Amino acid sequence: MKFAIQINEGPYQHQASDSAYFFTKAALEKGHEVFRVFFYHDGVNNASRLTTPPQDDRNVVNRWAELAEQHDLDMVVCVAAAQRRGVADEGEMQRNGKDATNIHPRFRISGLGQLVEAAIQADRLVVFGD
Amino acid sequence: MSTLHTVNKSPFEKPSLDVCLAHATAGAGVLLIEDGVYAATKGTAVEDRVKQALDSVKLFVLGPDLLARGFTEDRVIDGINVVDYAGFVDLAAEHDKVQAWL
Repeated sequence: MKFAIQINEGPYQHQASDSAYFFTKAALEKGHEVFRVFFYHDGVNNASRLTTPPQDDRNVVNRWAELAEQHDLDMVVCVAAAQRRGVADEGEMQRNGKDATNIHPRFRISGLGQLVEAAIQADRLVVFGD
Repeated sequence: MSTLHTVNKSPFEKPSLDVCLAHATAGAGVLLIEDGVYAATKGTAVEDRVKQALDSVKLFVLGPDLLARGFTEDRVIDGINVVDYAGFVDLAAEHDKVQAWL
């Protein structure tokens, strides 16, 4: 079965990103396909490569990136939500006249159309938030 | 086919469970996750309401989230099934859509 995952909350805020991660991991381990993971609203903060949790805490961002690496996941960050929260790639940095980028290379910035497409293409859209 | 509803808020914090149960049709599945697991435990002020819901919907609770809050499975109301993340995935696949009540 094809799943799409939507995450509306940032890392370390409550549990949404953790729940979504364990659900996605379990789905992949069961042989399901994950069409896309879409990060929306405060969920875009899951894509900051500058995230530096204490060493004995989980690294939510790297954990997503490693899962994406293993399973070639498409992890998309909503562009409008990212602009509001200062999550930028090279293109966004230049377009908005900023002096830095902070997005982890396993994530990509795109539009809401990607969420709509995921909802259409996947058999199930599972939403995690607060 | 029916809907799987997920509830991630404690019934003592937000009305998410009540809102969910008001919308859930007979035969639907309701999975309690994160702080939603408090609703699945015995001896609370919402226990009767949860037991009543069991007459029309199937109730599930996410085991790892119970354990994370210090509850063992013997604290769970009879009739509520404990599942792990793989079970969560199975439930999502078995129902024809998933609705999150946040």
